[in-house]
Amino acid sequence: MPVEVDTSDSKFAEYAHPERLITTEWVETNLGRDGIVVVESDEDVLLYETGHIPGAVKIDWHTDLNDPVTRDFVDGAGFAALLSAKGISRDDTVVIYGDKNNWWAAYALWIFSLFGHADVRLIDGGRDKWIAEGRPITTEVPSRDATDYPVVDRDDKTLRAFRDDVAKHFGNPLVDVRSPEEFSGERTTAPAYPEEGALRAGHIPSAQNVPWGKAVAEDGTFRSLSELSALYRDGAGLNDGDDVIAYCRIGERSSHTWFVLQHLLGFENVRNYDGSWTEWGSLVGVPIVTGSEPGEAPSR
Amino acid sequence: MTGVLPESLVGIREEFLALDQQDRLMLLLEFANDLPELPSHYAEHPDLLERVVECQSPVYLFVEVDADNAVHLFATAPPEAPTTRGFASILVQGLEGLSAEEVLAIPADFPQTLGLNEAVSPLRIRGMSGMLGRTKRQIRERIAA
Repeated sequence: MPVEVDTSDSKFAEYAHPERLITTEWVETNLGRDGIVVVESDEDVLLYETGHIPGAVKIDWHTDLNDPVTRDFVDGAGFAALLSAKGISRDDTVVIYGDKNNWWAAYALWIFSLFGHADVRLIDGGRDKWIAEGRPITTEVPSRDATDYPVVDRDDKTLRAFRDDVAKHFGNPLVDVRSPEEFSGERTTAPAYPEEGALRAGHIPSAQNVPWGKAVAEDGTFRSLSELSALYRDGAGLNDGDDVIAYCRIGERSSHTWFVLQHLLGFENVRNYDGSWTEWGSLVGVPIVTGSEPGEAPSR
Repeated sequence: MTGVLPESLVGIREEFLALDQQDRLMLLLEFANDLPELPSHYAEHPDLLERVVECQSPVYLFVEVDADNAVHLFATAPPEAPTTRGFASILVQGLEGLSAEEVLAIPADFPQTLGLNEAVSPLRIRGMSGMLGRTKRQIRERIAA
């Protein structure tokens, strides 16, 4: 039986896909319900162990969702093995939340979407809001029965862009969601983040800089439709029907922006370039622009 | 300088390596929970502390070398960053009371040898390498002064 859309927050109804968000209140009310699996996905690999939503399972962006050898995500067999072990079925409603304004939760949601998992939602406000509201937390790890999640091919075309797709994309909008310092080329990593090894600094020519965190309010919830529209349509010049590619440093912050563009604002052709700056900034011979202006798209 | 790992850190490493991956995480969490509070003279003077920019979470440290040449490392990191707290706690507890020379001789790859690469990921372990490197640099500054 499909799980109903959470209509308790009037803000959601404005969004293109209100079914992709749920409130902390709704989650607490529906804890333990069959057909719903709550997943915590954090930047900090130990945060789940310090306490999580009762019944929530942990999926780590690095140790679970990335291939340990190739720079890529797990394949269909790996994803099936992971979800089977976590006790998630193909038709379950998966509800994801995490630290840092759902930064890594959005990344997990995007990867679930590459595998076509149909019903996957974010808890608006994420882990911090849940805790700030004093909702229940436990360190008890749930024992869910293993499932038989099917092996599904990962779709690398619809929601994901590779470097060659970016090169062919020039002339269409690019959104660089990193900090202004990374965009201009003052530095290659987020302020206060470790060096992750790009050899050049700057941005992909013609990219508009909209730091990902601008899409969330102080309490970690997504901004209203009109605020998001002002940011991305008026600010970054995106128009309905645009084919958009978002990128950051390794594709995690841009997963968050991908979620906003695709599910909240309703752009239908949005891809996340997960190679992002750690790849583009190290490629031989590709065009790069420094400074705070987008610069011109090279002719193809 | 060829590295020699002090007994205290050998012991911590053996503790980790004796466990399976999930229990290594739980041991790291125990370390995180055991990170000592900052003494009040540092808690009241955060300006004395050095930020470890290699860590993804705000972690600050300060190193003392006392009159007997014994090292005392102080560190602080928020509860929302248990991995970082765990790394700091391993060093705070493992380095306590060692001589400056003993700390300087710790192999730079010590963090990579704890068996946490699989459970925590190499990327995250870089934060601990940053703490160790900064600790050694502060010690060199103290003993040169």
